[in-house]
Amino acid sequence: MTKPRTYKTEAVIIKKTKLGEAGRILTLYTPHLGKIQAVAKGVRRPRSKMAGHLELLTHSQLSLARGRNLDTVIGAQTINSFMPLKIDLDLTSYALYATELVNQFAADNVEDYPLFQLLVETLQNLSQGGDNELILRYFEIHLLDMAGFRPQLQHCVTCKSTLKEATNLFSPGAGGVLCPGCRQSQFAYPLSENARKVLLLLQNSDYGTVSGLEIDRELSRQLEMLMRNYIRYLLERDVKSTAWMDSLRGQIDDNQIRPYSPTTPAKT
Amino acid sequence: MDSNLTPTSGAVARLIQELNKLPGIGPKSAQRLAYNLLRAPEEQTKMLAEALLSVKQQTKLCSVCFNITDTDPCPICLNSQRERGKICIVEQPQDILALEHTRIYHGLYHVLHGAISPTEGVGTDDIRVKELMDRLRDGSVTEVILATNPNLEGETTAMYLNKLISPLGIVVTRLARGLPFGTELEYADDVTLTRAIEGRQEF
Repeated sequence: MTKPRTYKTEAVIIKKTKLGEAGRILTLYTPHLGKIQAVAKGVRRPRSKMAGHLELLTHSQLSLARGRNLDTVIGAQTINSFMPLKIDLDLTSYALYATELVNQFAADNVEDYPLFQLLVETLQNLSQGGDNELILRYFEIHLLDMAGFRPQLQHCVTCKSTLKEATNLFSPGAGGVLCPGCRQSQFAYPLSENARKVLLLLQNSDYGTVSGLEIDRELSRQLEMLMRNYIRYLLERDVKSTAWMDSLRGQIDDNQIRPYSPTTPAKT
Repeated sequence: MDSNLTPTSGAVARLIQELNKLPGIGPKSAQRLAYNLLRAPEEQTKMLAEALLSVKQQTKLCSVCFNITDTDPCPICLNSQRERGKICIVEQPQDILALEHTRIYHGLYHVLHGAISPTEGVGTDDIRVKELMDRLRDGSVTEVILATNPNLEGETTAMYLNKLISPLGIVVTRLARGLPFGTELEYADDVTLTRAIEGRQEF
């Protein structure tokens, strides 16, 4: 039996690149087809009927026509435009970070419905306001879970002993926590007991349960760096959008305007 | 390319190869263009060759607005008839052409040469933000018009520039975002419609 020529799917637009005069290649995250790429023709023209429904960070209902290489988007209708994300500089940067991670960790054409749900839930949570750092940590830890990199936080990865209330170590290479006795030569970061507990709670709860959690700035920063290092280790490269998040935060932290760093000249 | 499919002339093959590198030109189009040029009068190919060379050799970026120009500063920046208190910020030189075509704007421009795109790793250091801020420092500019593209990258860039420029006491405006001329309402997306309703004007 041949496949029908056209099909419909929901999708979140997670990446776009230019194609030809007015087209784009979109990377879509769908509930049942996983990560797919599709061509959208003419969407860079002002009169395009689909352009607004195919912008980054938009959850849309799409119709696609099968093509020899890439499928083509033939219809699009917004389900949720996540408007608050698009009118706030910081929220845009957080949301783009989330989509970049999905793009990096998801394999092409592999269905992962929970990951789709997690992505939509995260964009929703960011739109509704809350502790944005907490939302991102929750997203990261569940994303790693789904991608098969669930960090072991219950007991020491090496000796399996239950962790005592002390400063343990987090080893990206071992994929979890090491007790002080198992430090050995493995590269590891110190992990405070508070940080471990928060991560463990995030790992084993749904967002509703943890949304009220209050985390002070220092602990929040510690968790962010821990996750960033682990993710960088797994991907073997930097997540590009973190640089932008950092530069925005630099402005807020120093409470002064720093449009550029004087040491790096702009590219010509 | 298969060896038995290459043209017998090395020069033609080389031309096809070069044309093929251009955006939107596939192997067949490149072939068509190459053979067309081969048949064309020598005069015409000479003009094309000269035009190709001079586009690289004679153009530079205007040191004021970073538009592409033959003379520095560019004719727009030198034109004393233009309103010097207004600067319109665009992503690329082509955008100036589109805006100039309307003949309704008489201020100056600033070309960023890109837009902030966090997931592509394009940050503020990669576009001409520093140069813009230097330009605004002397206090002669009263209004900055943000004409970056109405997509996520353009919006991010606009929001960021607004954050930098408004503390300087300069009026920052953004091109209206609403329904494009010649379309139908039923196809409009939420973001566009929301802005169209918010930005409605008395008739």
